[in-house]
Amino acid sequence: MALLEVTDLGISFGGLRAVDELNMCIEKGALVGLIGPNGAGKTTAFNMLTGVYRPTDGGIRLDGENIVGKKPHEICKMGIARTFQNIRLFDKLSVLDNVKVGFHNDITYTLPESLFHIGSYHKKEKMMDEKAMEILKVFDLDGQWDYKAANLPYGKQRKLEISRALATEPKLLLLDEPAAGMNPNETAELMETIELVRKEFDVTVLLIEHDMKLVSGICEYLYVLNFGRLLAEGTPSEVLSNPEVVTAYLGG
Amino acid sequence: MNMIKKLMKTRKDSVIAFSIVIVAYIVMQSLVMTGGLSRSLSGMLVPVCAYIVMAVSLNLTVGILGELSLGHAGFMSVGAFSGIVVTTALADSIPSPMLRLAIAMVVAAVFAAIAGVIVGVPVLRLKGDYLAIVTLAFGEIIRNIVNVLYIGLDDRGLHFSLVKQNFVLNEGGEMIISGPVGVSGIDKISTFTAGFVLILVTLFVILNLINSRHGRAIMAVRDNRIAADSVGVSTNQFKLMAFVISAAFAGMAGTLYAMNYSTVTAAKFDFNMSILVLVFVVLGGLGNIWGSVVAAALLTVLPEFLRAINLNDYRMLIYSILLIAMMLFNNSSIKQRLLERRRVKKDLKAEQRKGVA
Repeated sequence: MALLEVTDLGISFGGLRAVDELNMCIEKGALVGLIGPNGAGKTTAFNMLTGVYRPTDGGIRLDGENIVGKKPHEICKMGIARTFQNIRLFDKLSVLDNVKVGFHNDITYTLPESLFHIGSYHKKEKMMDEKAMEILKVFDLDGQWDYKAANLPYGKQRKLEISRALATEPKLLLLDEPAAGMNPNETAELMETIELVRKEFDVTVLLIEHDMKLVSGICEYLYVLNFGRLLAEGTPSEVLSNPEVVTAYLGG
Repeated sequence: MNMIKKLMKTRKDSVIAFSIVIVAYIVMQSLVMTGGLSRSLSGMLVPVCAYIVMAVSLNLTVGILGELSLGHAGFMSVGAFSGIVVTTALADSIPSPMLRLAIAMVVAAVFAAIAGVIVGVPVLRLKGDYLAIVTLAFGEIIRNIVNVLYIGLDDRGLHFSLVKQNFVLNEGGEMIISGPVGVSGIDKISTFTAGFVLILVTLFVILNLINSRHGRAIMAVRDNRIAADSVGVSTNQFKLMAFVISAAFAGMAGTLYAMNYSTVTAAKFDFNMSILVLVFVVLGGLGNIWGSVVAAALLTVLPEFLRAINLNDYRMLIYSILLIAMMLFNNSSIKQRLLERRRVKKDLKAEQRKGVA
C-alpha cells in the first residue's frame, strides 16, 4: 500500500478552481517532486495535505487512513510534517527550543509537571535536549543552538525549519521550495542534506521546487501541475522531455 | 559540555534574581519592624505585592502568549470578591488568618480561572485589536455584574441576588457584598509576608511554565500560529491555557489586594486598573517577567517617594516624564545599538568557542 494516496483532490476559492482532479500516489521511502509554474497550485496542494485548507472534493489517505477534515495539528500527529515557502520559524525562541517544540506530541508530560517542575519533567527535558542536539548536529546547527532563530542566516533558517519538522518524527515530510533564495553552492549542499535526511530519518519526502537541477538531481518521480491540473507525471527524464511540460514552463 | 554549562548559568541567573526579591523583602520587613518606613509607604507594601503579581500574570497573556488583554482587572475583581466571601464565611470555622487567606486565594484562583474560561473561549477566536477591545468589554461586564451583586450570610447559609437585594437575612446574619456600596468592614488579613509568598509562588510557577513544553508551545503560538499548528501544537488549547492561568493569578492578586482595605467596591477594578497593570508590563518589557516585577514595584512606589522628598507638586509630572522617557528609550536606536553590540560580542565568543573546539 502506498504511504500517501491522493484521489481526485480539488478545491475552489469562490469561482477559482485552484486545484482540480489531482491524483498522486507516493510509496514509502520515495523522494518525489511536485513542480509547476508560478500559481499552478502546488502550495495549495500542500495546504490541503496538511489541513490548512479543507479540500472541496476528493480524498487524501495517509497509510490508508483518511485525513480530510482533520485539523493541522492532528494531521501532524498522524505523521505529516512540513516546511514553508516563506520561512516560518518561532523567531524569538532559541534554535534548540524551535526543535524542542517539534517534540510536543512525542515527548510529553502533564501541566502540573510543567508548573512545578516535578515528576518526569527533568528526565523528559533532558531527553528532548539530547534528541534535539542530535538532529541539529545533522544540519550543522549544533554550534548555534542558543541563537535566537531570527538571528540565523537565511540558509540556516531553512535548515532549522527542516530540523523542526523532523523532530515531529513524520512519516511524510513536505518541503515547500527548500532551495528558494539559495545560491548554487547552497542548493548543492541542500540536495545532499535532503538525501541524508531521507536515509538517516527513514522518511518519505515530497518537495515543491522550481530549481530543475535540484529536482532532476534527487527526485525519483515527478508530478507536474499547471493551472491546478496534473499535466504530467513520471521519472525526471520522462517528464522533462515531455513537450507539454516544456511548453508550460517556457511558454508556447 | 557547553550546553549544560550555559543551562546552569540560566539557572544561576534565576537563583540570583530570586535572592534579590528575598533580600528586598527582608530589608522592607526590617524597615517596617524598626519603624523606618513612613506610614504611607508601609501602607503600600501589600498593594505593591498585588500589582507585581498582576503584572507578572498579565505578562503571561501579553508578553508570552502575545495577545493584548485590556480586561485583566476583571479577573482581579472576581478574585477579590470571591476571596472576601470565602474569608467572611470561614471567619468562625478557621481562626488562623493566614490559613483563611490561603484558602480564600485558592478559591479566588478557581473562580477567576472559571471567569477566564468563560471570557477566553469566545475572545480567543479573535486576533489583535479586536481581541483587545473585546477583553476590555468583558472587563467592564465583570465590573458591572459585581456592581449589582448582593451576597449575604446568615445561619441558613449564603444568599445571592442580582440587581436588587431580594432576600431577607435571619437575625444575626450579615451582608457581605451589597451592590454598588461594595463591601465594608473587611477583616484586613493581608500582610506583606503573605504578599511576598504570593509573589514567590507566582514567579516560581510562571517561570517554570515558560521553561516547559507547555510554555514553549504557548510561545510558539505567539511567534507563528501556522507553524505551531504544523508541528502539532493545538493553538486554541494553548491560547486558552495561558489566558486561564493568567486569570487565576490575577484572582489571587485580587484577594490579596482586597483583604488589605476595610472597604472595597467594584469600581476599584475598572479600566484604569487594567491599563495601570498594562503600563507595568509594557515598561518592564513584553515577555520579560523580572522586568514586570521591577516596573510594578518602582512605578507604584515612585509617586510616594517623590512626595517624601518634597517634590509633591511635581510628582505626576516626573512620573509621566519617566514613562515617556522609558517608552522613547525602548524604541530608540540607542537601545538597538546596545543590543547589537551585545549580540556581536556573543557571536564573537561563540566563534572563539568553536575555534578552540
